[in-house]
Amino acid sequence: MTGSLPAPGVDVAAARRLVRIGLRLSGLGLAALAGVYVLAIRFTPTEASQGLAQKIFYLHVPAAWTALLIFSLVGIVSALYLWLHDPRLDLFASASAEVGVMFSAVMLTTGPIWAKPIWGTWWQWEPRLTLTLFLFFLYVGYLSLRSAVHDPAERARFSAVVAILGLVLVPFVHLSVYLWRTIHPMPIVLKPSAPSLPPEMLRTLLIGFAATLLFYWGLVTVRYGLGLVTRAREAEAMRNA
Amino acid sequence: MGDAIGLALAIAAKDIRAELRSRTAILSALVFAALVLVVLNFSRDPTRLSSADLAPSALWITFAFAAMTALNRAFTTERENAALDGLLLAPVPREALYLGKLLANLAFVGVIEAVSLPLFIVFFNVSMGGALPGVLAVAALGTVGFVAVGTVFSAMAVRTRFAELMLPVLLLPFMLPPLIGAVQVTAALLEGRPLSAVGGWLRLLAVYDVVFVTLCTLIFPAVVNE
Repeated sequence: MTGSLPAPGVDVAAARRLVRIGLRLSGLGLAALAGVYVLAIRFTPTEASQGLAQKIFYLHVPAAWTALLIFSLVGIVSALYLWLHDPRLDLFASASAEVGVMFSAVMLTTGPIWAKPIWGTWWQWEPRLTLTLFLFFLYVGYLSLRSAVHDPAERARFSAVVAILGLVLVPFVHLSVYLWRTIHPMPIVLKPSAPSLPPEMLRTLLIGFAATLLFYWGLVTVRYGLGLVTRAREAEAMRNA
Repeated sequence: MGDAIGLALAIAAKDIRAELRSRTAILSALVFAALVLVVLNFSRDPTRLSSADLAPSALWITFAFAAMTALNRAFTTERENAALDGLLLAPVPREALYLGKLLANLAFVGVIEAVSLPLFIVFFNVSMGGALPGVLAVAALGTVGFVAVGTVFSAMAVRTRFAELMLPVLLLPFMLPPLIGAVQVTAALLEGRPLSAVGGWLRLLAVYDVVFVTLCTLIFPAVVNE
């Protein structure tokens, strides 16, 4: 049962404070996202061939980057958990996984909405789309596994194993779907040469990325704080039982 | 090292012996595999899609589903009467325990595949020609990796609620790369193309097997250690 319970006396008041800070950060993140849209529509040039449809780019791409960043983070933090057995790492991993599922859902819904007018099809089985869909499924599985295991230490170990194996699986999925076929636009920002995006568009994109990161940080802080409160209550219930 | 392999073989032998005595799981898994083949044949419009076009996918969907039923039972028997606790108390390295379970699962899945392959040839009217050794090789390459992951997941799934549902939800994403590769290779082989035409896929399957057998052996202790 090592690592199953928080150190005696989780500071519930501090955890509640964390939740309040997280809520404020999330509100700020949401406002920033709204600001990004004002910036994207009013102050960023419209793309010549795609017109207004391209504006979804400023939400789609930051959401995708944030989701991928979160899932890599969950994999790394889970490996640290199996090494250090610190329940806070597990708490952070699970809070992040929830937010990651949300961002990949945003990416997976904005993608088809953008693809329909531009590619003429809702869905394409190509590497990056398939990879995000796959990560979405993997982490829905991760979350349902967590809800199906009763013992906190066991829950933490099992979900860490899934996250680590999932991180290793990513290149295999990418490569196998890539070998299968692709029509997604080639990377225009994250590539070896300089980004081929006009500077105003790049600026809006990066601000959008910062806004999604801020939103992520806020939501994770809320979930982490709530997780601490839940642990304290669980420990209390076990003591009283 | 030699000790660990001996222990792994002993654990695998125990599982296989137990299965041979009851034969219930393997028989139902075989009937299940045959039924999947039959259902897949009727899932197509025969005037639009010839059975040869569907054959490679049908073969691998059957393998994947049948393997899933086999993996589901891998640790349920250990759970009954707390047999796993006995195994864990024995002075056996966790890695050897894992390799033993993996070998037993591979034997189990291998038998199912060996029986479904002739059924597949008959039902889908496949002329194997010289493709048989290649198909057997890709069956082995494609199976080892996901059975390795499935062995870890089935050890976890038996400890959860809804175990029978939890395993496929966790394992199917991991079946994606081997399944894509194995279907492509099988299709090429059945069309009479040489193995060299699908070298990239074969390398991908081999790397997948090596990576996941190693990683799962290392990570398995985290699943069973309290």
